[in-house]
Amino acid sequence: MTKLLSINEFDKISKKITERQDFNKHIISISSGTCGHASGSIKVAEALKQAVKGYEDKISIKLTGCHGYCAAEPNIIIFPQKVFYKNLKPEDAPNIIQSILKGEIIENLVIKENGINYTHIDEIPFYKYQKNILIGDNPLIDPKNIEDYIAIGGYKAFSKALCMRPNEIIEEIKKSGLRGRGGAGFSTGIKWEVASKQKSDTKYIICNADEGDPGAYMDRNLLEGNPQLIIEGMIIGAYAIGANKGWIYVRDEYPLAVKNITINIKQAREMGFLGKNILGSSFDFDIQITRGAGAFVCGEETALIQSIEGKIGDPRQRPPYPAQMGLFGKPTNINNVETWANIPKIIDKGADWYANIGTKTSKGTKIFSLVGKVKNTGLVEVPMGITIKDIVYNIGGGSPTDRKIKAIQTGGPSGGCIPEDLFNLPIDYESLKQAGSIMGSGGMIVLDEDTCMVDFARYFTNFLQNESCGKCSSCREGIQRMFEILTDITEGKANDTSIELLEELGSVIKDTSLCALGQTAPNSVLTSIRYFRNEYIAHIKDKKCFAGVCRALIRYKIDKEICTGCGVCKINCPEGAIVGELKQPHLILQDKCIKCGICHDNCNFNAINLDV
Amino acid sequence: MPKIKIDGIEFDCSENSTILDVAKILGIDIPTLCYHEGLSRWGGCRLCIVEIGRDENTKLVSSCTYPVQEGLIVRTASKRVINARKMILELLIAQNPTSKVLQDLASKIGLKEVRFKPKWETCIYCGLCVRICKEQMMANAIGFVNRGNKLKITTPFDKNSEDCRRCGACMYICPACTIRCDGPNPESVLCNGCYNALQPTCLEVYDNFSCWMGLKGECGTCVDISKNQKNK
Amino acid sequence: MTIDETFIDKTIEKNNRSLISILQDIQESYNYLPEESLIKVAEKMQIPLIDVYSVVTFYHSFCLIPKGEYIITVCLGTACYIRGGKKIVDLLTKELEIIPGETTKDNKFTLETVNCLGCCAIGPIVKINNEYHGEMTPNKTKKLIKSLKREKND
Repeated sequence: MTKLLSINEFDKISKKITERQDFNKHIISISSGTCGHASGSIKVAEALKQAVKGYEDKISIKLTGCHGYCAAEPNIIIFPQKVFYKNLKPEDAPNIIQSILKGEIIENLVIKENGINYTHIDEIPFYKYQKNILIGDNPLIDPKNIEDYIAIGGYKAFSKALCMRPNEIIEEIKKSGLRGRGGAGFSTGIKWEVASKQKSDTKYIICNADEGDPGAYMDRNLLEGNPQLIIEGMIIGAYAIGANKGWIYVRDEYPLAVKNITINIKQAREMGFLGKNILGSSFDFDIQITRGAGAFVCGEETALIQSIEGKIGDPRQRPPYPAQMGLFGKPTNINNVETWANIPKIIDKGADWYANIGTKTSKGTKIFSLVGKVKNTGLVEVPMGITIKDIVYNIGGGSPTDRKIKAIQTGGPSGGCIPEDLFNLPIDYESLKQAGSIMGSGGMIVLDEDTCMVDFARYFTNFLQNESCGKCSSCREGIQRMFEILTDITEGKANDTSIELLEELGSVIKDTSLCALGQTAPNSVLTSIRYFRNEYIAHIKDKKCFAGVCRALIRYKIDKEICTGCGVCKINCPEGAIVGELKQPHLILQDKCIKCGICHDNCNFNAINLDV
Repeated sequence: MPKIKIDGIEFDCSENSTILDVAKILGIDIPTLCYHEGLSRWGGCRLCIVEIGRDENTKLVSSCTYPVQEGLIVRTASKRVINARKMILELLIAQNPTSKVLQDLASKIGLKEVRFKPKWETCIYCGLCVRICKEQMMANAIGFVNRGNKLKITTPFDKNSEDCRRCGACMYICPACTIRCDGPNPESVLCNGCYNALQPTCLEVYDNFSCWMGLKGECGTCVDISKNQKNK
Repeated sequence: MTIDETFIDKTIEKNNRSLISILQDIQESYNYLPEESLIKVAEKMQIPLIDVYSVVTFYHSFCLIPKGEYIITVCLGTACYIRGGKKIVDLLTKELEIIPGETTKDNKFTLETVNCLGCCAIGPIVKINNEYHGEMTPNKTKKLIKSLKREKND
């Protein structure tokens, strides 16, 4: 790779790489992010590489980042026709190669929904309603090859930015209306402006890739699938703010993301996009990767800074803000991965183009991880303003079973639940806040009738009591006490004052905690009380859990009329709590039963049910 | 010189002062626990919270760490502040009911009931011992270990520390463990009993207390000698 | 246990005195963080031992006791949790007779839980060392553990 010493040289190379693309050749793009790996995409890739031998002049194979449709993993997209095949096995490989050569479609490998076959990616309901300005590039890029990124227009934005003045770039970002995608939704342009105005020889920028929300993996997808997009965004940002060094702080639990970014930083350096006198200018900038070490609180800006400085992640009071006094005491601008990813697109296509997407106050798109009790799980990128209903039903395909969907959870542990009767709400920062939740980093978890809202709130509270840094008494003690009360409720030990006490406690924790972890910790409890108070009352007054989750309040019972006496439940019971002779109705011994539900899950005759 | 308005009083502050500094100068009483004049600001106990801002843009901040800024409006004892302080004290007392300092604060603020199960712990994690060990004694023998609900203050590996010089500064400054409160009703969690201007020291009330510094107990650092107490 | 001091020196330099990165390298090399290594790091970097110890105990990826041959990590992120991740933890606790955070007496299995691995759409996820297994159930997990136990006996 030759180092580019001017914008001119870059333009030439960019043109050369683009011209090298053979659009008549078939490309099999294999979705290979971490969940692809977990589903077996590597074995499928190997089988395809074997099957393609002898036809390499007509068909090439590309291992790319995640295509977003995780429920369909392992999957491939065949270019240029954009044929989409789902849930592949290595045995499918020879047929796939032959079908490409013959110009045929393999019907049993295409997406089927509501009786209709969808062959091409643009027709598939999961993709049709999305607006993929960010993750849409993933299928075209081998994340270990910077040339693929340049081939689709990479670094054009940066070469344009180098010809602009820093304050012009900041004005463009302000005009676009881009708001922080990490969750707080603060205006990115204004944040950059504050940092750029600080008088200091040394300034830093940081990419927050901690992505601590359980259930959210949008940033992982971008970091694994298109790391150069984030690197380019950071280079533009550093240039605009006046920073010479940047960090990407990646969660320790994302080894593939760390690997791919490391490769890409090296390649960017070799080509001259990082280092000294970038593209012949007087601008120096380089990026270092730091791994997190397993602390959710380090997603908070000041705690993240502490972590990079080698300390425990205990947040600091603001003011002073990181833009004024951040890492090592210097002005520091921190943005989330998705925020950085938007920058090259905005500079390339213009602020007006970006501002035309979305609503009045929330511009652009947002990537959500649509998971939980929904058919089409995966990553979806949608324009702001789309309704929750459209996402859950049109894109998500609704419930995968006969159980009714009852709510979604957004914003992770800092967010709240939104009940089904509010699904006409548009996705934007203000409406979600008014409903009691937050946009958050993008986790969208779908819950159905089998989810107990009290247990769900208890799950998040338990998570937060372990993740709290422990510094401030309202957060440390307050969250523990909320957990105690919720546990009592799920065990049928609570009294009539419990709900009011939770509300009062929650409101003080929100009001008095030092950082956003504590300030948002009560949200899941308070929203679940707001919208599902009846479930709380049922647990407290009637000692019943209608969702069948809280073990102290449920009983499993074998229906003697239906039980065939096959004995499968008895064999699988971890406590030996089921008795019965072969071919005779079995019985659960309630005093031994730990309500784990393994018998219920294993029964092929639906003979074991909850006795609520 | 930033000008702020605190409880209706306008005041010209010196640069780099905090809301608590200003309150002390003006004689406005704000309860504190983890604050100490000679040590760095921690902002962890949350008792010194005050309300800042106006109209819809108000929030609670810890006065011991919040820097004064031109135009800042502060209310140190609004209803929102008092209710929040009561809840925080309720949480702290439920953690450690035997601390005289906490019981006195509870009496002062008018806390009437504690609705959480008492944990009967000793430490309230105010961090004063850690800071005095680090900043005044320069020993760095103890510190915060773990996090969240597993947080504790101890030496590395919970072993006897070679860096600890047995100076006793941690015991001296601790608001929770040096003065034990048995109160008039040992079984109940809230005392509400002994706070008044002429309160007796523990030396005068309990036979098994002695003064660690060999004084008559004016400083309030009385130590229970009935059990063989070793260094933390 | 004797710690290789040259390794510690090199790690400190390579990571530009960034404490957390240094500890991560030491843990990767020794499979855990020996007490002696932390004392050496504190000495060489001239920082108080308690500061190093605070950092080690604050961050959950650090481990002060040796890990087993197979590190079984069950994801308890929200999506995996509502799809039954807890049942898998309960089953493993029963099968291996250890709770999360512990290692079996023969040092073969360490059981851990993690808050999110980022594979939420195909949960519940069980990770064995660096291998991810998606859409796991208590039954599938039981079979997997049995096969690993057979492997170790061979």
